[in-house]
Amino acid sequence: MRILPALISGVVTTGLIFVFNTKAVLPAPLGKFLSPQHGLWQNAEPLNQDFSADLKFPQLKGKTSVYIDDRLVPHIFAEQENDAYFVQGYLHAKFRLWQMELQTHSAAGRASEIVGPIALNHDREFRRLGMVFAAENSLKTVEADPVIKSSCDNYTAGVNAYIATLTESALPMEYKLLGYKPEPWSNLKTMLFLKYMSFDLAGGEDDFEMTNAKTFFSPEDFNKLFPSIQDSLDPIIPKGTPVAPPAIQPVKPATADSLYFGALAGVTATETKPHKFNGSNNWAVSGKKTKSGAPILCNDPHLALNLPSLWYEMQISTPAYNAYGVSFPGSPGVVIGFNDSCAFGFTNGGRDVRDYFEIKFKDDSRKEYWFNNEWKKTTFRVEHIKVKDSLEIIDSVAYTVFGPVMYDKTFSGGRQTNSKAYAVRWTAHEGSNEMRIFHGLNHAKNYADYTAAAQFLRTPGQNCLFAAKNGDIAIRAQGDFPAKWTGQGDFVMPGTDSSYMWKGMIPQNEVPFQYNPERGFVSSANQRPVDYNYPYYLGRGYPEYRGLIVNRKLGQMSMITPEDMMKMQTDNYNILGETARPILLNNIRESELSADEKKYLDLLKGWDLRNDVHSKGASVFLTAWGFFVQSVYEDEYKKAPRPIIFPLENTLAEQVLKDSAYKFLDDIATPQKESLADIATAAFKKAGAHLKQVEADGALELATFKGTGVYHLLKLPAFSRLNLPIGGGENVINAATGDHGPSWRMVVHLTPVTEAYGIYPGGQSGNPGSRYYDNFVDDWAAGKYNKIWVMTKNETRDQRVKWTMQFSN
Amino acid sequence: MKFISALLLTAVLSFAACLFAPWWSIAIIAAIVAIAVPQKPFKAFGAGFLGLFLLWAVLAFLRSSANGHLLAHKISVLIIKMDNPILLITATGLIGALVAGFAAFTGSFVRR
Repeated sequence: MRILPALISGVVTTGLIFVFNTKAVLPAPLGKFLSPQHGLWQNAEPLNQDFSADLKFPQLKGKTSVYIDDRLVPHIFAEQENDAYFVQGYLHAKFRLWQMELQTHSAAGRASEIVGPIALNHDREFRRLGMVFAAENSLKTVEADPVIKSSCDNYTAGVNAYIATLTESALPMEYKLLGYKPEPWSNLKTMLFLKYMSFDLAGGEDDFEMTNAKTFFSPEDFNKLFPSIQDSLDPIIPKGTPVAPPAIQPVKPATADSLYFGALAGVTATETKPHKFNGSNNWAVSGKKTKSGAPILCNDPHLALNLPSLWYEMQISTPAYNAYGVSFPGSPGVVIGFNDSCAFGFTNGGRDVRDYFEIKFKDDSRKEYWFNNEWKKTTFRVEHIKVKDSLEIIDSVAYTVFGPVMYDKTFSGGRQTNSKAYAVRWTAHEGSNEMRIFHGLNHAKNYADYTAAAQFLRTPGQNCLFAAKNGDIAIRAQGDFPAKWTGQGDFVMPGTDSSYMWKGMIPQNEVPFQYNPERGFVSSANQRPVDYNYPYYLGRGYPEYRGLIVNRKLGQMSMITPEDMMKMQTDNYNILGETARPILLNNIRESELSADEKKYLDLLKGWDLRNDVHSKGASVFLTAWGFFVQSVYEDEYKKAPRPIIFPLENTLAEQVLKDSAYKFLDDIATPQKESLADIATAAFKKAGAHLKQVEADGALELATFKGTGVYHLLKLPAFSRLNLPIGGGENVINAATGDHGPSWRMVVHLTPVTEAYGIYPGGQSGNPGSRYYDNFVDDWAAGKYNKIWVMTKNETRDQRVKWTMQFSN
Repeated sequence: MKFISALLLTAVLSFAACLFAPWWSIAIIAAIVAIAVPQKPFKAFGAGFLGLFLLWAVLAFLRSSANGHLLAHKISVLIIKMDNPILLITATGLIGALVAGFAAFTGSFVRR
């Protein structure tokens, strides 16, 4: 043996293995990752992959057949309803396991376990918001409901049955990339997923920024910026609909003017907010407006556009019901869809159900706080945050009668320092049983079933839409909404006594609803649900404009066909442009523009108000209007000592149309007083310079200008679909913006044999190495739909069935 | 002849080992083959290197072609910042080759 060379070359070999097996030297463990028998090549799914299988699990009670069609949509036919949830769990895991675990880890404040210290602030914030506390409360509620508990138990068992089959080489690619392994699923994870949706849809509010704005602006100015009444309001329940007297009469505390509205202090704590465009459209037209005489229901939820998608399309057929639609990987049942009797869909309610109370602690130990004239004890929830490649972090969170003290000296949201303590009260903290609503809707036969099911919806509050084959259409603005006095919870509230606490929820029989209205349609697009005569305070800041165009179109249409509805769902008319463009065109002084700027002005003049793919006018409008808004407010906003938010875009348009001497037009940084024309002209000149750059980059056409993309959950461009040729945008029915938009478009024609269409920007497989990973994206961008096949039991030999999975015990 | 048998033996046994063992079992296989089939160190290196280059590149190529190179396009952009599946397949072969080559090199010195 030649010791020295053997030794040297042995060390080199070991070194190479170390380099290729870890991330210590290279950014990825290339040996492990590229090994054809272990790594990514195992995820390169053959184009002709065979998904058929014959599987046996002792947990199953009967036989379940799954027919998988040419779009990889499974059609589950189960002899036993609970077996259907087992199989649904198995399929969700088989095609989407990684996203299910990532989303629930993120919801639980455990992202640091996967990605390391970079997620620590997120994890602390989510735990301090009480996400796990909330999920645990819901789990208790669900476990007290035997029907839902057993569907959850079976779903969880199905996910775990799949996880148990996984070998290292079969792991989804992202596990290999990030270097970890899946853990068992649990009912708690399903609750965490639903709380994640609650955060996304009902976690948004701006109490801190509004508190800062209130302290910075005079009351008159504040109302000019954030009016509680918007002229453009066209509510979900039409104006003039009578309302019953309220069962609860919220009373403003006697100290409100002195201690609350008049004595607010600025806030330095900062929140992570859900995407500000989260919203949706839904509408249903009755038979008297359709060509066939049967109702049509449409829904397109606007959410972050991700790969893998939030949605997974499927059919579930059991002895009790036959439902088709999209499901949430992570939760049993069909969420948006239809069955043999009716169809259902949702838009976000967008109400303020999360408020802050300022807590006065006795000392830094946070063990006692001043409440109702005495020192009251807090309880602590100790959060253990595991961090990849680092030490575990222990964060203790004080809980009060209001809820967890989210922000205190130990946590400011991670951006600024904060010395005050704020407890958060959020309706999602309550135990609730949202799966009951999906369960109820999947089984629903008629309006009564729908109404009964909808009342289980607590948080996130939604506008629940319904249409049935018997001709009924209905909408309910459902959820747990605190019965508030005017202004309650708009700002941080005093937390030293009980007088500012919520005094109850708006009773379920007082939520706004509409059933077979005279006008022949019901609709919602996140606008304020009711007129100002509704007896409860509903806060401010609802986006009103999409609702205006939806209602205008539906009001004008008749003899409607599903094709008309698809055309409407993908319509690119910019309703804000209709209001706002004249402000620019009527006030810009053309004589002061350069040749280039004039060219852009001509594009704006010639714009057809449509955000179409190739529209240059739309890009000019968006740029010019953006600079105009900026120019009007930035001089005042620059002086604000703490973060505040801009008013709604349409507020500026409406205020300026009402009052051309709108106070904020003047640039307070200059000695002279600027007019609307001065500001509009100056803003357009700035826009011109910007547009010149945009044009030089070849990005003047709208689709390129806004760059809509569907992003992989890790934001890896290689796994994303970027710069799609799609029009639309904010204030447009086709609400496709940069990374956000119609995440599922559905049109259901409730004829005796249901005729339905649907598409989402993704694919049924979560595997970036599958041909089914993103195969719907191009059609989605082009505004095309897949014709939905509601399979029947005697169609098992249909040529659309490509694979069959048999599940039995 | 010895070279070819060492090469084939390394490839076949590595394939078998990787059915149940971690990827770096190729190093152990390559070293054992170099001990069992005595060759000059550089020849042993060559047999290990080529054996694994062929095994990994061919396996990767087969899987990737069946996949229409869908995944290789994406991963090559991710890892080597170039949209080039063949380069990724080559890189795969080279990584296996380097580890097995040096392991075989070591084995042959142990044998002497």
